[in-house]
Amino acid sequence: MEKKIRVLVAKVGLDGHDRGAKVLARFLRDSGFEVIYTGLHRTPQEVAMAAVDEDVDVVGISLHSGAHLALVPKVINYIREYGGNPDEMLVLVGGVIPTDDIVELKKMGVDEVFIPGTPISEIVEFIKIKLPEKRKKNES
Amino acid sequence: MKVEELVEGLLSGNRRALARAITYVENDYPESKEIMKRIFTKTGKAHIVGLTGFPGVGKSTLVSKLTEEFRKRGKKVGIVAIDPGSPFTGGALLGDRLRLDGMDSRKPLWTDPGIFFRSMSSRGRAGGLAAKTGDVVRLLDAFGFDVILVETVGAGQSEVDIIEVADTSVVVMMPETGDEIQINKAGILEIGDIYVVNKADLGGAEKVERWLKYMLSLDEESVQMLSQMTHADEARVASGEFFERRKGWNPPVVKTVADKGEGIAELADAIEEHFKYMKETGLIEKRRRERMKRELFEIVTDDIIKLVKEKTNYRDVIEKLVRNEIDPYTAAERIVEEVLKSGEKG
Repeated sequence: MEKKIRVLVAKVGLDGHDRGAKVLARFLRDSGFEVIYTGLHRTPQEVAMAAVDEDVDVVGISLHSGAHLALVPKVINYIREYGGNPDEMLVLVGGVIPTDDIVELKKMGVDEVFIPGTPISEIVEFIKIKLPEKRKKNES
Repeated sequence: MKVEELVEGLLSGNRRALARAITYVENDYPESKEIMKRIFTKTGKAHIVGLTGFPGVGKSTLVSKLTEEFRKRGKKVGIVAIDPGSPFTGGALLGDRLRLDGMDSRKPLWTDPGIFFRSMSSRGRAGGLAAKTGDVVRLLDAFGFDVILVETVGAGQSEVDIIEVADTSVVVMMPETGDEIQINKAGILEIGDIYVVNKADLGGAEKVERWLKYMLSLDEESVQMLSQMTHADEARVASGEFFERRKGWNPPVVKTVADKGEGIAELADAIEEHFKYMKETGLIEKRRRERMKRELFEIVTDDIIKLVKEKTNYRDVIEKLVRNEIDPYTAAERIVEEVLKSGEKG
């Protein structure tokens, strides 16, 4: 049996805008992924430990609060601290993110940033293509 | 990770190793058999508690509150929460974890090292559990959790697989889900060691409580009546292990309001009491014996089918069956003979 791709859809920090995350969770489900949704207001530690315990392949962080540069690197660092390996998974960010910050986030280890209006099929394709690519690169 | 690394890590308390071992087992990787072989002797200590009930009765919220309560009592808690996987796309939305701590981030349930929460998809399987639930529970057991809570898929009326895994089965209900006829139907409402009427602050909770108690009193009468019948043994066989299962134990009915934390301590007491009762009366060994027998037979069956596929020309036999040249009973006898002979040769 082919392993199912597990995706954590996370809302971090003080941000009550969960429509996007919920719609994404639903469409990823329809695309055959196993999706774990965290609910609102999680801390970076909570998201990181969930990512490790649930052994997910993809961590998708949704932010509309403007605190992405502060919170996203924390999630990545805590995943490492809890014994996980961010190089084995895809770290995706979604939300209202200024173009300059997208460059910054990618330097911090984020694989891709999706801004409002992105077709969900694009996110699905990205995961299906990039996850095996990144794993291969990490192994060699 | 290699099997050795995983097993050592798991047994020495490394969460990452536990998480990865679960992935291997859940997906039936070739390494999973070896992992299970190596950890099995370390299992058998945990109290495995199953929670089942209709969708939306509050199972996940109860799991969260019970986890908190058992942590207060100094116990380490592992949780396996199963949600339905789509039989069409294979996808799943696993939404049990988000109830953990009821979004109150002052409670550190998500980052407490004494808690491990794993979401699983049923992957289209009926029965209320995921295929590998039993083995995943064993991994948590070997890791050293004292209590393991297994939350089933929101079950309908006949999803009773939880009794194959749990020592204590908790059936969760709520007001206004049906009358006493619903409660007397077979299936999920026969399997409880403990019954919970959640959302007890809604109207009608007393009615459900009364109906449940009435149903349970009828169970006792049924047992008595059966034992007085001249063909009592046959009746016992016909009614399966059901009446034997909880002989001597009167399942309590506990009222809770999970999101407000009401009745949770009482429920935790009832769960602990049931465990104590089972250990004192030897019921736990009896249940585990039944379970091990079933599991052993399942594994042996799988192995034999594998042998049939490898060692016999079963495809030809199927063709003959299709053409009505042979009957299935004779065909099966010949295949069994062939397998046995191949064993002698090899």
